Amino acid sequence: MKIHEYQGKAILREYGVAVPDGIPAFSVNEAVNIYDKLNSKTVVVKAQIHAGGRGKGGGVKLAHSRMEVQMLASKILGMNLITHQTGPEGKEVQRLLIEQGVEIDRELYAGIVLDRERRQYAFMVSTEGGMEIEKVAAETPNKIIKEWIDPSVGLQTYQLRNLAFGLGLKGKQVKNGIKILNALWKVFIDKDCSLIEINPLVVTKDDNVIALDAKINFDDNGLFRHSELAELRDISEEDPSEVEAGKYNLNYIKLDGNVGCMVNGAGLAMATMDIIKLFGGEPANFLDVGGVANSETVANGFKIILSDPNVKSILINIFGGIVRCDRVAQGVIDAMETVAVKVPVIIGLEGTNAKEAAELLNNSTLQFLVAESFEDAAEKSVKAAQEVK
Amino acid sequence: MSILVGNDTKLMVQGFTGQEGLFHSNKMIGYGTKIVAGVTPGKGGQTHLNIPVFNTVAEAKKATDANTSIIFVPPAFAADAILEAVAAELELVICITEGIPTKDMVTVNQFLKNKNTRLIGPNCPGVISPGKAKVGIMPGFIHKPGSIGIISRSGTLTYEAVNQISMNGMGQSTSIGIGGDPINGTNFIDALSLFAKDDETDGIVLIGEIGGTAEEDAVKWIIDNNFTKPIVAFIAGRTAPPGRRMGHAGAIIAGGKGTAQDKMDALKSANILVVENPAEIGIKMKSLIKLRKDDK
Repeated sequence: MKIHEYQGKAILREYGVAVPDGIPAFSVNEAVNIYDKLNSKTVVVKAQIHAGGRGKGGGVKLAHSRMEVQMLASKILGMNLITHQTGPEGKEVQRLLIEQGVEIDRELYAGIVLDRERRQYAFMVSTEGGMEIEKVAAETPNKIIKEWIDPSVGLQTYQLRNLAFGLGLKGKQVKNGIKILNALWKVFIDKDCSLIEINPLVVTKDDNVIALDAKINFDDNGLFRHSELAELRDISEEDPSEVEAGKYNLNYIKLDGNVGCMVNGAGLAMATMDIIKLFGGEPANFLDVGGVANSETVANGFKIILSDPNVKSILINIFGGIVRCDRVAQGVIDAMETVAVKVPVIIGLEGTNAKEAAELLNNSTLQFLVAESFEDAAEKSVKAAQEVK
Repeated sequence: MSILVGNDTKLMVQGFTGQEGLFHSNKMIGYGTKIVAGVTPGKGGQTHLNIPVFNTVAEAKKATDANTSIIFVPPAFAADAILEAVAAELELVICITEGIPTKDMVTVNQFLKNKNTRLIGPNCPGVISPGKAKVGIMPGFIHKPGSIGIISRSGTLTYEAVNQISMNGMGQSTSIGIGGDPINGTNFIDALSLFAKDDETDGIVLIGEIGGTAEEDAVKWIIDNNFTKPIVAFIAGRTAPPGRRMGHAGAIIAGGKGTAQDKMDALKSANILVVENPAEIGIKMKSLIKLRKDDK
């Protein structure tokens, strides 16, 4: 789960991480009132969306007066912000963060992620703050300093020193830096994070070390331990059909193509997308109906696929194991009776009770194509999508 | 022969009395797997499916001499269940549970170091040696005893591959689902090294997917260790968009790493037959095996 910068900073503040004073605003009026409250002539007006690259996209601006705040807030609120992470369609800005300006001496980077190869969390810092860290890693990997955290003892003080000195911190900065890095780790572990990125982490002219940005993602599998995080979810940042699918425990990701697919299992779902592409088509979505698909889940999956106007054909590819194919077939039949399906449906069923499923389908009055094999399924659904005008 | 599970498997089921536990235990017994004990804390002394239930793994092991455990415990308690099985020194622990927090698995991974227990999974379909033992949730009837070893990060895609192998007149020595999570107990390399020593495994199907570098690591191992059994590989997720988790927690292209193309290129560099069409896994394996026989 992703959260906004201002929400991340509120968590960091709780843990004693120094962040600039700032308050979120949902309207221009609020933005101006916050300016009056913040004891700072210069403030930063920051668009709050779940994507990076906001500065480059024009979503982060300095303001030096009440008037300027009003002007910038009305400009940024409601704007369609396009960054390298939003995709070309961009994202509408609905929230702002109005924050005190900071006198920056140096911009650094700090991040914590899972290192899958080492199977440990890695704490990464770099003197190259304010840049895309992937770029730094690719071009100048020696400028990234890493410490891996042994879960049996946790992050150690010598590691914090390695990181702080690696960042070139001096004098009072070292103590301030160590304090902030240690607090970041504490947040990461306490809240089951999957990512913390502070870019930039800045050294101020008066030797403070401050988190100027905050990107915090949580491990979805850990959310059950953190009821306090549930309210931080901003559904307006997510695709509506993906939110809808989530309600039924369906794993759905919308894509740009026109062949809708419904599959059981994530690997088979990906492979089905791949084979559609191989036969010249483009998948409209990833949809894993899970290991316990029944007629109800199938019906809901159907509705979600059909809510995408680009869909020109639908491929249902089920390999029955625990999932019984006849139940899936019944679900398809039920769904097609209740939902108006105007595009061709291709069904491939293998495994448990595949024969019974074929009988059910053949005896129904509904129109669909039965796939003889995995390949046949892909070929037929791509062809069907191409034939629809 | 076969690897990991077989005629010597004496299985205990953790999370035995839950709905999933009982359902799949019944299926495993039906396949001929020897289940000797169930473990559900607080239900010790009961009997289900004619199998005694114990409160702890240690007790169950002592009473029944079980050597393998399968875990159907819900995600919140699954890591603890793995640790309990490792502490009781079972030889093999297979964790089916999906949705275990990554933080818990980092701890489990650390605990496993220098221990004698092998962990398979989590978030996997389990392991089957056809005709001998099924320790997992896969449909038994699609499998046939044979000489192809299957290693896969997926569940249902593994079934598809198994089915293709069976339909093409071959069978499986052992099929292993290593799981779709970012941290798992057994990786491709571990499984390959076991298959390397198994005389009855003549060929390997390797099914990877986007995310991480497990496939690339396997390629390096294959080259370094001069692994010569023929391999057919498929990587799922060529069409997956970056930054999106494709169902499995581990299946995500992040920071430009873990793409299907990277993995396919790596595999091809070791002269491994990589199929772009997942429907060709069986037929390609058949032709590789035939080639190998003709050579001899």
